[in-house]
Amino acid sequence: MSVKRLSRWLVFLFLMVSAPVYAVPEIQHWVSPQGGRVYFVPTEGLPLLDVQVVFDAGSARDGEQFGLAALTSGMLDTGAGDWDADAIAQRLENIGASLSTGVSRDSAWLSLRSLTHPEKLAVALETAREILSRPRFDKNDFEREKNRTLLGIKQRGEDPGELVEIAFFQALYGNHPYAHPQEGFAETVAPLTREDLVDFHKRYYVASNAIVVIVGEAKRAEAETIAEKLLSGLQKGAAPAVLSAPAPLQSTEIIKQHFPSEQTHVRAGVLGMTATDPDYFPLYVGNHVLGGSGLVSRISKEVREKRGLSYSAYSYFMPLRELGPFQMGLQTRNDQAEEALRVALDAIRNFAANGPTEEELEAAKKNILGGFVLRLDSNRKLAQQVAIIALYNRPLDYLATFTEKVKAVTREDIKRAFRTRIDPGKIRTVLVGGGAK
Amino acid sequence: MQFRGLRLALLVLPLSLHAAEPAVHEFRLDNGLKLLVQEDHRAPAVVSQVWYKVGASYEYGGITGISHMLEHMMFKGTEKHPPGEFSRIIAANGGRENAFTGQDYTAYFQTLEKSRLPVSFELEADRMRNLILSDKEFEKEQQVVLEERRLRTDDQPRAKMEEHFQAVAYTNSPYKNPVIGWPDDVSGLTVGDLKYWYGLWYAPNNATVVVVGDVDPQEVYALARKHFGPLKPSHLPEIKPRGEVEQLGARRMIVHLPAKLPYLVMGYKTPALRTMGEEDWEAYALEVAAGILDGGNSARLASRLVRGKQVAASAGAGYNLYSRLSNLFSLEGTPAQGKTLQALEKAFVEEIRRLQEEPVAAAELDRVKAQVLAHHVYERDSMFYQAMQLGMTETVGLGWKTIREYVDKVNAVTAEQVQKVAQKYFVDDYLSVAYLEPLPMPEGAKAPEESAPMGGEHVR
Repeated sequence: MSVKRLSRWLVFLFLMVSAPVYAVPEIQHWVSPQGGRVYFVPTEGLPLLDVQVVFDAGSARDGEQFGLAALTSGMLDTGAGDWDADAIAQRLENIGASLSTGVSRDSAWLSLRSLTHPEKLAVALETAREILSRPRFDKNDFEREKNRTLLGIKQRGEDPGELVEIAFFQALYGNHPYAHPQEGFAETVAPLTREDLVDFHKRYYVASNAIVVIVGEAKRAEAETIAEKLLSGLQKGAAPAVLSAPAPLQSTEIIKQHFPSEQTHVRAGVLGMTATDPDYFPLYVGNHVLGGSGLVSRISKEVREKRGLSYSAYSYFMPLRELGPFQMGLQTRNDQAEEALRVALDAIRNFAANGPTEEELEAAKKNILGGFVLRLDSNRKLAQQVAIIALYNRPLDYLATFTEKVKAVTREDIKRAFRTRIDPGKIRTVLVGGGAK
Repeated sequence: MQFRGLRLALLVLPLSLHAAEPAVHEFRLDNGLKLLVQEDHRAPAVVSQVWYKVGASYEYGGITGISHMLEHMMFKGTEKHPPGEFSRIIAANGGRENAFTGQDYTAYFQTLEKSRLPVSFELEADRMRNLILSDKEFEKEQQVVLEERRLRTDDQPRAKMEEHFQAVAYTNSPYKNPVIGWPDDVSGLTVGDLKYWYGLWYAPNNATVVVVGDVDPQEVYALARKHFGPLKPSHLPEIKPRGEVEQLGARRMIVHLPAKLPYLVMGYKTPALRTMGEEDWEAYALEVAAGILDGGNSARLASRLVRGKQVAASAGAGYNLYSRLSNLFSLEGTPAQGKTLQALEKAFVEEIRRLQEEPVAAAELDRVKAQVLAHHVYERDSMFYQAMQLGMTETVGLGWKTIREYVDKVNAVTAEQVQKVAQKYFVDDYLSVAYLEPLPMPEGAKAPEESAPMGGEHVR
């Protein structure tokens, strides 16, 4: 595609805080014979199927070996069962299927998209099953992928936007498993061995720790067979232990990293909310006003529209299994960093103290409710939404009740929720750039 | 490689699917505005896009970046809707909106619940001819665009290197200029410049409106007549040809920038579908060549250079057949640990030579075609992408029907044709090569707290 830039502002798609619909699709749920949880939404109109297999095997499970979960996931399709990487790629690409794997802090996943043509789908599923259950972690592949990871980590050092994100999570989480970047650091990736990956896979890629999401043109019986087939090679295993909660922040802190860039990247925030937080809706709707709705949000208005200080300025909650961050972000010419940070923090403090106006709340609800249908208007978006519901054990009627819950949020709810979550005395701020001297 | 087809081949997929091929309804208003409507009833939503035939390649020295700057200013209000109102109204209606500028077009879009389409049309029609360009709003937005440039280009070694690469690869084609514009040009733009550009290009007879979604085409047509119908057409300027002059030998450049990793970009001048004339199979053969090199994990660059020889940590190839002017067939990559830029370039050249000397194996060719077919179905999962295809092909002058030919044309490509285009276009006289040789970067040391320019009161 030749679009050079989506230019007006960065489009922030925070799927974790967004949610879904109108004629709301019903999620069917069952447990496979192997003990994996299955979530299925049949759709009509296109002969395609989106499948996601999700494990609680994200970077929060790295232990001291930061980067282990990511490297394990990244190596799955480089060799499995009887096939090497070329054979796997050819099998899938011969039938037009696409497969990818990835990790977040809370999860590792495999995504498969295939046509529903029975022979093609069978090949796609068989390949995915082998990748999940019989990865080879071949020695040569391992060395190569590790080296590529190390180069990726090195390259990240060119980008102040990435460095600020890493520093912000460290400032917020200290020793908690959410603190480090998914890819790890050079010092933690270099000592990893093939055996570490084998052990990690054995421990976490098990049926009791698996979620299968199926969205597309299929009948219930077919979906049952698909889930069973995908999980058939896995050990039953056990779900991992519960993560600890991050330590509460006690004070403000400013961290500065000098970087030879023209802009200074700024992040500021606190520990925010969990994915099943009782204050989820007041915080979500409230942040929509504060920094979550693009150019019409308060932070963007103050920083960009009124003063022209930054191309993007925003805030969001990233709900995770344990407390995820609330964070504000912007980037600006080095000599303006102080001013931009002050303007944004003023907007946050003001909002935390006073909440939204009645008009703002009304506008936010109109936007969220009117746009609800756009969150589920493709198979791909639907599959992502369902995967988040499944991963965090949200209620199955989450989509169906979303609208009512948004409508019910009041100014008082938002004020109370923001006051308890965003204590101005605990904000962590990170600056990376030429202005952070 | 992006697969762009919208047409199915009967032999591979069931007949029912071909029958389900969505129709495109084409209308033209008396004032010259073109309207394309495609129904998609899977969800009660609609995508509405307005495409203008103007972009960075319409610009000339001194005013580069003006199309993109105007795109930013298009949200700054009309008499009816003051600054900020456009976004506020779309938000209140639950919509998403944005805009983008490319070399060949500027486009504005909203995605909405289907009953809100009139809101989009009303606002877009209003700003098509009634924009107010004020000094006050412009001064702020100019700063925002300069921040955007710092973010996307100036502080990104690879983006900056690619910008310089384009400037060297082309002699006089307007593709030598970045879409966002050169820094001095962006800083030097005035409200007067923008008023002129707006008056020149933003007119119904220079626009295509594309609507995809849960709609009735006749109703959309009536709605378009109501909102866009009253707008006056312009006398559009004749576009000068500005064809790239002949290149007389390979061009090489070295860019020194603070960076962590070296990087290689190579580009061969190739015609686009539009500049190719009758021999349009060549464009599809180049598209297939890009697929052979970089059509997934089984393609040659991944399997032979990243995995096999392990000379590249990453490698890619691309060709854009839907550009307005002739473009580049590009190769780019990062050397693997311990490998040099020279070694990577040599490996790329070997892959090019292989395309020239050996016909592509049947299995490889079939794999590229199988992916084209599957992606054709997958693309229909996204209304937005479908609308983009219609708008883009129409705006670059090919006409939307071109995308309906894509799958058949790709399917018709033979191994011999791939070999022929490789021999014809992948030659030194069309080649430009750029190396990014990193200068050392100061390590990101934590600055001592005392020297901080920040007062404690800001972060209490």
